[in-house]
Amino acid sequence: MTNKKPLGLSPAEAFGVVEQPLSARERLVGNVVVRKLLILMLLALLWEVYARWVNNPLVLPTFWVTLESFAGKILSGELLLKAGVSLQLLLKGYAIGLVLALVLSVLAMTTRLGQDLLEVLTAMLNPLPAIALLPLALVWFGLGNPSILFVLVHSVMWPVALNTHAGFQAVSNTLRMVGRNVGLTGPAYVLRILVPAAFPSILSGLKVGWAFAWRTLIAAELVFGTTSGSGGLGWFIYENKNVLDIPAVFAGLFTVIVIGLVVEGLIFRTLERATVRKWGMQT
Amino acid sequence: MNTSTPLLLDVDGVTLQYKTREHRVTATYRVSFQVHQGDRFVLLGPSGCGKSTLLKAVGGYIRPVEGQILLKGQLIEKPGPDRVMVFQEFDQLLPWKTVLGNVLFALEASGRLRGAQALERAHEAITKVKLERFSDAYPHTLSGGMKQRVAIARGMAMEPDILLMDEPFAALDALTRRQMQDELLQLWEASRFTVIFVTHSIPEAVRVGNRIMLLSPHPGQVRAEFESDGSDSIDADSGLHLSERIHAMLFTTSPKPSDEAAHDK
Repeated sequence: MTNKKPLGLSPAEAFGVVEQPLSARERLVGNVVVRKLLILMLLALLWEVYARWVNNPLVLPTFWVTLESFAGKILSGELLLKAGVSLQLLLKGYAIGLVLALVLSVLAMTTRLGQDLLEVLTAMLNPLPAIALLPLALVWFGLGNPSILFVLVHSVMWPVALNTHAGFQAVSNTLRMVGRNVGLTGPAYVLRILVPAAFPSILSGLKVGWAFAWRTLIAAELVFGTTSGSGGLGWFIYENKNVLDIPAVFAGLFTVIVIGLVVEGLIFRTLERATVRKWGMQT
Repeated sequence: MNTSTPLLLDVDGVTLQYKTREHRVTATYRVSFQVHQGDRFVLLGPSGCGKSTLLKAVGGYIRPVEGQILLKGQLIEKPGPDRVMVFQEFDQLLPWKTVLGNVLFALEASGRLRGAQALERAHEAITKVKLERFSDAYPHTLSGGMKQRVAIARGMAMEPDILLMDEPFAALDALTRRQMQDELLQLWEASRFTVIFVTHSIPEAVRVGNRIMLLSPHPGQVRAEFESDGSDSIDADSGLHLSERIHAMLFTTSPKPSDEAAHDK
């Protein structure tokens, strides 16, 4: 083999573009956040126009009035307090649900009985709406936070366990063999090989679990409100409906949405970027 | 046969079976061979001759139903870091760890080395496969050949008794494959490790191995054993190149030359 100089290649100046920064407009259009913000603004505009046309604040307050009520309730601290109460309860339920789901899935990966148990339980209980358990929870745990926690855990645990288990089972045989090759067994094997390898699936389980928990919490609060003096967001919505303060009802709903968006857009997005995207397991 | 170097692996009358949903399949039948220190031992055969299954049995993933496998006189019972596997699949690297992380992981999870020593050994191994510039890269950013080099580096860093390579270059393009074979031989020249290399390519077997064991299919049985000096030399008795002799032996029972294309990449 000889190192001949390649023939017939054009000099670098002959190319139009080798690498060129995109224009500001191209960058703006390429940015997901910008595009989504535009959609949100458009929706808010539609709301405002339609509400003015309906002109009945008891049925549909305008976007602006809702925003005013939202700002007022935030400034008075009432909404923040209620959201805080809800979030605190939610996080507690979410955390307990996650731990239980992880324990179940690890058990399912290490013993055959565990796997059968998990499959039967998730098949049975995953389709059962958490709210349907609320009456039972009231009988068992009484009127209060333990009952809400119970339905929260139920709503988080099954979808997360299901996704985690499915993710574990989809881990390639090669990776499993690599894990066993270096001598990993039992829980160490699950935590160091299976959990990261199944992380895309686990992450989607976390998201589904979060959404279920959030919905369940608000619904549960609506159904039986509060016992300990300061209820959560669901109770806030219910109370304001009773006094016909519809803008405040909207403000409550608005808060629910905003928190959902923030968690999805900031927390889960960041988690995704720091893990599965960085690892090339998801594009 | 090579008797001047110590016996390392003794595979003695090993029959391997695995279960599918409906059948119990015998993969190999009473296969025996011995691997000595520093051997580049190639298991060669067509698809279905149980060569990969045999390698997995040496790896400790499958128990023989008959016969035994001894490593340094010890019965092989389960997978362990004294026999490191290098697979064909690119996904054998942990995608959540960098090149360096993958090598370190193997060292630390297996308890071979820790801390600064592990780091030093990992860097050494990565330098040997010429990937030091990519230490901090994640596997998904590497080419197929580079991924296989990381897997080899990971295996060598462990300094196992035997490196078990299961068609490691089969998924690579022809040019890269040639290059990887050369690099493997250079690495071997430098540290003289023991390796069992599974392949279904005759040219690869002749280039890579110093000993080649030919298996016949369904179920796998030992057909013949050859020694190779890597140059595909001409046999004095038959006047044939080594690869031609292997080829003739592989296809005497199934005289369909069209099969060749499928097996002999």
